[in-house]
Amino acid sequence: MNTAAGDSYLTDGYTIRSWLLTTDHKRIALLYLGSITVFFFIGGIAAALVRLNLIVPQGLLGSAEAYNRLFTMHGVVMVWFFLVPAVPVTLGNFVIPLMLGARDLAFPRLNLLSWYLFVAGGAITLWALFVGGVDTGWTFYTPLSTAYSKSHVVLAAAGIFVAGFSSIATGLNFIVSIHRLRAPGMTWYKLPVFLWSLYALSVLLVLATPVLAITLLLVMLERIFHIGVFDPAVGGDPLLFQHLFWFYSHPAVYMMILPGFGVVSEIIPAFSRKRIFGYKFVVWASVSIAVISFFVWGHHMFVAGTSIYSAVLFSILSYLVAVPSAIKVFNWLGTMHRGYIHFDAPMLYALGFIGLFTIGGLTGLWLAALAADVHLTQTYFVVAHFHYIMVGGMVSAFFGGLHYWWPKITGRMYPEMWARVAALVMFIGFNLTFFPQFILGYLGMPRRYFSYAPEFQVLNVLSSAGATILAAAYLLPLAYLTWSLVYGDRAPANPWHATGLEWRTPSPPPTANFAQTPIVTEDPYSYQPPGAVPKHG
Amino acid sequence: MNLSLPAASANAGETDRLLLALLLISLAVLALVLILLLRYIVKYRATNPVDRGEGAKKTWVFETSWTAATLLVFFGLFVWGADLYVRLSSPPADALKIYVIAKQWMWKSQHIGGQREINSIHVPVGRPIELVMTSEDVIHDFSVPAFRIKHDVLPGRYETLWFTVTVAGVYPLYCTQFCGLDHSKMVGEVVALAAPRFQQWLAGHASSDSLATAGRKMFLRYGCSGCHRSGSAEGRPGAVSAPSLEGLYGSSVPLADGSFAKADERYLHDSIVLPGQQLVAGYAPIMPSYAGQIDEEDLMALIGYIESLTQGGAE
Amino acid sequence: MASTAVAHDFQYSSPAHQAQTAIAGMWLFLATEVLLFGGLILCWIFSRHANQPGFDAGARETTLWIGTLNTALLVTSSFAYSVGLAFIRAGNARAMIWCLRAAVLLGMVFLALKFGLEWHRDFAEHLFPAAPQFKLHGAGQGGARLFFVFYFISTALHGVHMMVGIALVFWIIVRARRGAFSPLYHTPVQAVGLYWSFVDIVWLTLYPLIYLIGRG
Repeated sequence: MNTAAGDSYLTDGYTIRSWLLTTDHKRIALLYLGSITVFFFIGGIAAALVRLNLIVPQGLLGSAEAYNRLFTMHGVVMVWFFLVPAVPVTLGNFVIPLMLGARDLAFPRLNLLSWYLFVAGGAITLWALFVGGVDTGWTFYTPLSTAYSKSHVVLAAAGIFVAGFSSIATGLNFIVSIHRLRAPGMTWYKLPVFLWSLYALSVLLVLATPVLAITLLLVMLERIFHIGVFDPAVGGDPLLFQHLFWFYSHPAVYMMILPGFGVVSEIIPAFSRKRIFGYKFVVWASVSIAVISFFVWGHHMFVAGTSIYSAVLFSILSYLVAVPSAIKVFNWLGTMHRGYIHFDAPMLYALGFIGLFTIGGLTGLWLAALAADVHLTQTYFVVAHFHYIMVGGMVSAFFGGLHYWWPKITGRMYPEMWARVAALVMFIGFNLTFFPQFILGYLGMPRRYFSYAPEFQVLNVLSSAGATILAAAYLLPLAYLTWSLVYGDRAPANPWHATGLEWRTPSPPPTANFAQTPIVTEDPYSYQPPGAVPKHG
Repeated sequence: MNLSLPAASANAGETDRLLLALLLISLAVLALVLILLLRYIVKYRATNPVDRGEGAKKTWVFETSWTAATLLVFFGLFVWGADLYVRLSSPPADALKIYVIAKQWMWKSQHIGGQREINSIHVPVGRPIELVMTSEDVIHDFSVPAFRIKHDVLPGRYETLWFTVTVAGVYPLYCTQFCGLDHSKMVGEVVALAAPRFQQWLAGHASSDSLATAGRKMFLRYGCSGCHRSGSAEGRPGAVSAPSLEGLYGSSVPLADGSFAKADERYLHDSIVLPGQQLVAGYAPIMPSYAGQIDEEDLMALIGYIESLTQGGAE
Repeated sequence: MASTAVAHDFQYSSPAHQAQTAIAGMWLFLATEVLLFGGLILCWIFSRHANQPGFDAGARETTLWIGTLNTALLVTSSFAYSVGLAFIRAGNARAMIWCLRAAVLLGMVFLALKFGLEWHRDFAEHLFPAAPQFKLHGAGQGGARLFFVFYFISTALHGVHMMVGIALVFWIIVRARRGAFSPLYHTPVQAVGLYWSFVDIVWLTLYPLIYLIGRG
C-alpha cells in the first residue's frame, strides 16, 4: 500500500484484476455503484413500460401477460437489487471506514465476496426475467406462485436467495466494523448519525434476511416437490407464507429508508452549518425504528383473513413505529432553524426528501387506521404511498448522498448548475407521477391491473406524463456525473467545509484512507456559526 | 373526470369521515412542515445577515412535547379506525347469506334459494348481507369501493364479509389481490335492488333446487348419509358411528383434545376436507378426507344443507 | 498472513484486536443462522399446531434409536472439539489434532447413520412425502406428510451445515499440522469451534421435534 501524497485508491493499480480482486472497501463500493446503476435502469425501463401501458384503459401493450411480467420485474429488481442495497453498499461501503477513522472494514474479503454474491444473485434473477419472466408480483404470494404460475418463479427466487446472503454478509461486516474499528476517542455518541442508521439497518439485514431465505427455499421446494406447507388441501396454510414474507419485507421497507434518514442527517447539518438538533433523539429514533419494525408485519394483512385481535395489535404497533419518523422530520427542521443554509444540490435533494417523506409517512397513517386501510389497501393509494417513501424518500436521499460524497469518491466536482436542475426536475416529475395515484386509489382503482375502467384514464395519463419527466430527470445525473469524471474541477479535501472524519483525508482518499489514524476529540457535527465561512472554491 | 365515489353502504359514511379526518390532520402536519421549511429557507439562507441569536439548548423539551402530541393524535386515530373495523368484522346474526366462490378469473355466487350468478351479485337494499366466500384456486379479494369494503378470498377456507347497502344501484366489484393472467378482467358488479324488486328478481331466477335441496342430493351422492344419519339422533345399530348433523350448525362441538369448536361454515368445511384436524370427542378418526373429491360449489351446497338442519329448513 | 503470532491486517491495532473481531463476526453469523433455522422451526410448530394428530402419527414412524445415537455422537463430538481447544491453549498442538480428528470422525458417523441408514429406511418405507404411495393413510395423512416434509428439509439443511463444518475442521487440522496455531494465535480454531457447537445445538433442537414430541 502506498500512502504518499498524490496517490489515491484510484491510481493504486489499473488492471482489471486490481479491481475484480480488490479488497479495498472504496473500490468495492464503486463495483457496487456500477452494478446497482445497471439494475436501476433495468427496473426503470420496466416501470416506464408499465406507465406506457396504462395510458389507455384497455392497455397499450395489448398483452396482460407482458404487463404482469413487467411490473413483477420492476418490483423484484428495484426492491432487491436497487433499494435495499443502494445506499449501504455504495455510499455506506465507501464512507463507513472513513467516518470511523479506520483503514478498511473489519472483513475486507467478505466484503468482496458479498459483491460477487450480489452479482451472481442479480444475474440469476435477470436470467429468469429475460428467459420469460415471472408473473406473480414481487410478493410471490402463495398458492399463485407455488401452484398456478407458469413462469420462472424458482429461478427468480433462487437469485433473490443468493443475493440475500450478500445482504447478510454486508450487514455483518458493518455491525462488526462499527463495534470494533472506531478511531480512538470515537465514543458511541460521537458516531455520525449516518453510521447509527447503517448500524440499525445492518441489524435488520442480519436478522430478517435469513427468514426470507428460508421462506424462498420453502417456495422453491413447494414448486418443485409440491410439499404442501402452503397448500390448504393437505393442511398447509397460504397465510403462513404472507406472515413469513412480511416478517422480512416490512423490516425491508425500513432497510430501504433508514440509510436515507442517515444521509439526510449528514447533509442538513453540513449545509446549515449547524450541529444536528437533538442528536440523541435522532439516533435512538433509528434504533427504535429498527426494533419496532420487526413487530408490524401484520399491517400488510388487515384484509387477508387474520384474526381481528392481530389486526388491532398490528394497527397500534404501526402507529408506534411512525413516532420515531415524526421525531426525525422535526429534528431536521430544528437543525435548519437559526442555521446558515446553503442550497447546493445535496441540500436540494435533502429538502425534497423532507417534503416527500412527510407525505409518504402521513399517508402511512391512513393505512394504519384499520377501517381506512380496508378501503385503501390493494389500490393505487398504496402504490403512491410506498413510492413516496421509496422513490421520494430513499432515491432522493441516494442522489443527495451521491452528490454530497461525489467529490470524495471521484476527486472531481460535479457541475453544480446541472445538479440543481436535475434535483428540481426530479421533484416535479415525481409529484406529477405519484400524486394522482392517491386519488386513483381513493376512487378504488386496484393495483396491478393491466386494463381499467375508462373513468380512471385522466389521472393515469397525468401519472404517465409525470413518469416521462421523471425518466428524463434520472438520465441527467447519469450524463453529467459521467462527464464530471473527466472534465469536472479537481475536488479539494473538504469542499463543503463539513466536519466528519471523511473530509480530513484527500479527495480521493489514499488506499489506506488516513496517513495516520485520526484521534477524535469533538462530536461529528461541531459546526461553528461564522457567517463568513467561504463557500467551496 | 369524476373525482367522487358513491357512498352506498351503511359504513361508507363512517369510513369517509375517518378518511376526511386523516386528510385534515395530514394537511395540517404537512402545512406545518412546509411552512417551517420555507420560513427557515428564506430567513436563514447563508447570505441573509439576520441575527441568529443563541442556539436553543434544551432540545428535550421540544422533543418530548412533540413526541407526546404525536402519540396522542395517533392513539385517537387508532381507536377510531379499530372500532369501525371491529364492527365491520362482526356480521349480525340476521344477515342474509350469499355464497361466493372465486376462481381464475370470475366470481360465482349462489343464493340460499339456489339462484346462481356469475360476475354479478344481486342484493336487497337495507338488509345486512353476509358473504360467505372461498376460492377454488389462488387468493382473490372481493372489493366494492362504493361500499368501502374489501376482504381476501382464500382457497381451502371460508372468509366472511358483511355490509348493508343503503342506495339502490349498480356498483363495480373488483378482485384486488393479484391472481394471475387476467386479474384485471376479474371484475363484476353488485346490483342493489329495493326489497320488493329483489324478491321479484329472486322469483324470476328461481332454480329448481334451493341450496339446501341441492345439498341434500350431494349428501346422498357422496355417501355422507351412510354414516351421518340425519333425522335421527343415533347412528343405526351396526352402521359406522358418526356424529349426527342435526342441530350441529351454530353449536359448540366438544373435541377430542378437550377444547370446543364453534360449528360455523369454516368448521364444517374443514371437517369435510381435513377431518384429521379437529376430531370430535367420542368418535374414532375414521372419516376419510374429501379434499379434491368435492368441488367448492358442491361443498357449499352440502354446508347449506347442514345449516338448514339447524334452522329447520332453508329460508 | 497469520502464520506468526504477531501479524495482523492493517485495519486493526493489534493481533488481539483482530482476533476478538473475528470471534465477534462469528457470533453474529450464528445469530443469522438462528433466524434461518428459527424460521423453519416456527413453520414446523405452526403447521403441527394445525395438524397435530397427523404430525404425531408421522413422528411415530421415525427411527428413535438412530436419532438418539446420533445425538450422543454429536454431543461427544462437540466435547472432543472443546477438549482440543483446551489443548491448543495449553500449547499442545498434537493432542488438539487428535481431538479434532475424533470430532470429525464422530461427525461423519453421524452423517452416515443419518443419510446412509435412516434416510434409506425412510425411503424404503415410503415415508418420502412427495412419493406417490405415501405410507400413512387416513385422516392424518396430510399432517403426516407435512411432518415428513419438515423432517426432510430440516435434516437436509442440518446435514449441509454438518458437511460445511466437517470441511472446516479438516481445514483446521491441515493448518494445525503445518504449525499454524499456538497458545497466542488460534482464532480460527475458536471460530470453527463456535460453528461446530452451533450445528450441535441445532440438532439438539431438532431431536425432540422429530423423535420425542409426537411419541409423548
